[in-house]
Amino acid sequence: MATLTTPAPSPAKGRRFNGLPFIGPSVTVLLIWMIVPLVMTVWFSLQRYNLLDPTVTGFAGIDNYEFLVTDPDFWASLTNTLLLVGSVLVITVVGGTLLAVLFDQPFPGRNLARLFAIAPFFVMPTVAALIWKNLMMHPIYGVFGAVARALGLPAVDWFADYPLLSVILIVSWEWLPFALLILLTAVQSLDREQLEAARMDGAGALAQFVYIVLPHLSRAISVVVMIETIFLLTVFAEIYVTTAGGPGNATTNLAFLIYARALLQYDVGGASAGGVVAIILANIVAFFLVRTIARRLEV
Amino acid sequence: MTRTRTLLLAASLLAGTPALAESTLTIATVNNGDMVVMQKLSSAFEKAHPDIKLRWVVLEENVLRQRVTTDIATKAGQFDVLTIGNYEVPIWAKQNWLEPMDGLPADYDADDLLKTVREGVSRDGKLYALPFYGESAMTYYRKDLFDKAGLTMPEAPTYDEIKGFAAKLTDKASQTYGLCLRGKPGWGENMAYVTSLVNTFGGQWFGEGWKTTIDTPEWKNALTYYTDVLKNYGPPGATSNGFNENLALFASGRCAMWIDSTVAAGLLYDPKQSQVADKVAFAPMPTGSFKGGPTWLWSWNLGIPASSKQKDAAKTFVAWATSKAYVESVAKENGWVAVPPGTRESTYKSPDYQKAAPFAGFVLKAIDSANPNGQTRNPRPYTGAQFVAIPEFQGIGTQVGQTVAATLTGQQTIDAALKAAQSATERTMRQAGYPK
Repeated sequence: MATLTTPAPSPAKGRRFNGLPFIGPSVTVLLIWMIVPLVMTVWFSLQRYNLLDPTVTGFAGIDNYEFLVTDPDFWASLTNTLLLVGSVLVITVVGGTLLAVLFDQPFPGRNLARLFAIAPFFVMPTVAALIWKNLMMHPIYGVFGAVARALGLPAVDWFADYPLLSVILIVSWEWLPFALLILLTAVQSLDREQLEAARMDGAGALAQFVYIVLPHLSRAISVVVMIETIFLLTVFAEIYVTTAGGPGNATTNLAFLIYARALLQYDVGGASAGGVVAIILANIVAFFLVRTIARRLEV
Repeated sequence: MTRTRTLLLAASLLAGTPALAESTLTIATVNNGDMVVMQKLSSAFEKAHPDIKLRWVVLEENVLRQRVTTDIATKAGQFDVLTIGNYEVPIWAKQNWLEPMDGLPADYDADDLLKTVREGVSRDGKLYALPFYGESAMTYYRKDLFDKAGLTMPEAPTYDEIKGFAAKLTDKASQTYGLCLRGKPGWGENMAYVTSLVNTFGGQWFGEGWKTTIDTPEWKNALTYYTDVLKNYGPPGATSNGFNENLALFASGRCAMWIDSTVAAGLLYDPKQSQVADKVAFAPMPTGSFKGGPTWLWSWNLGIPASSKQKDAAKTFVAWATSKAYVESVAKENGWVAVPPGTRESTYKSPDYQKAAPFAGFVLKAIDSANPNGQTRNPRPYTGAQFVAIPEFQGIGTQVGQTVAATLTGQQTIDAALKAAQSATERTMRQAGYPK
């Protein structure tokens, strides 16, 4: 049996392989790639810069930030962002786990069923939003409305009455297949003999699930949570297509707020300040997520 | 020998280039009926000017504004011809973003343009865009439904009377709604209507010294009226209905009354586009407690950004699309009722138009009396009929429009909405450094 050994770094000074000239250019390009947009955003956030009125210019100090945090829309958008990310995570992880266990059972047509269940993930966000807006949730032409009328109930105008819930449903529909995909592969890697042994010892289906399947899935769940959080913080197309952040600010999340400031009010300074805040927030979230997950992966 | 021939060839190519030079104009326009007609008829223009090709970017109103504004403000030069309103023209002209419209063809006859409309697109007596169609607002109603219910529309209706009619004419079982109004958020959508409603209820956006005056009883009365009639007598999903959506609703017989732009008259009286062409009648815009203030004046105009590289070709096109000859060619193709209204005296003087469009004189009067530079009940520091003529209004109107839409769906109470709108507007004005 062949064994792989990594050569120990040679202690001899001066003869050590110097990789800098080789990786230097690519690292520089990458740094510029990342830093230039960041610096520009920070710079704009300190400027008085409104596209509509070029007479208003100059250094604004922290005015843009002050305007941002004293804006009631800003806090509403933070709450909406958290609600959106949190609810979608709960729905997709819980639903994904249950579906993964279900789709792991042998039943006729299993492969086809898996394919259908995973398909929504490959639908583009704008398309998904359009489908839900016009074919599902529209009070007159939508499937939900037709079902409600068939049952003798009044049709619900989803985007007017439950705007945030509607967006959460659409985004969950898109991300549930992702959770299912990751968790299904994890379930499949579970050692069948363990389950067999547990059953011999008299463990019920629920006990098997709670004490064996769930702990086995915990790593996969943390991966799902991390990846989804990164993408869910920036949900935009679904909101833009369906509710345009409204009614009022009911579905304005941080990404949409920045868009509204930049392209509906043309306030480049204010929007950049929002962008900087979003970067900081994302980094805080990422810091905690990566730490928890790194710890889990070491186990 | 070979070299000489190559040289000759090159020289002839060079000489030939200017004559063959094709300029492709990119035209940004809105998806309203009259612009769609323009797009169809433009093949005649391309035939007459083989060196000019046209590329159309047809967008929904809110999206058009966004694209055009960012394009011109960042001097990106993506478009050669812009469709813009009389709100943008003076503001952009002041910032030297628009090409002045001098050197127009001799037969253009700029004096034929309606005075109010012409003033709306001029700055210091110079034209900065050419009006494609102009509008004020009026009340459309269904004569047959009024007759059936034994009602008569007064010559000058008030908002109280309109509400009474709406209550009697609403029949939700047969999907007929008493009153259709704009509910889609946007400064050019719901806020255009709400601003004129507020004006006639005695309110205004800003008082002396640019003090924001949204959180006032006048606004509250106006919004209470607006949400009340739309919730009880309006069509469902009102928050997604703008001009085009309401036009479709009225044309398919879903609305008993509709208060909106006069430009819809031509489309509603056109049997090809409207199922109620023989049943529609009209009255002036209703009045509230304050009469004679600014009502509604809008024109869609074609302008040329200073960043365009093909100004001459663009000017040729713009002059063509707003000329008398264009009006006549629409009349020939689609009938007189379909011509773009509200820009030229000659259109209104044409006996054919008067015969085909019974509303012609009425619309002309509404445009003439729109009074965009007049006063609201309390003095105001700004001009504009259904908008505020300052650059910041786009942003303010859009934000307040969202808040107003939220009161329609019951997400926010009127008091809370007015308070939010007041503080948001005050903030924006403070940030922009008013009073200037």
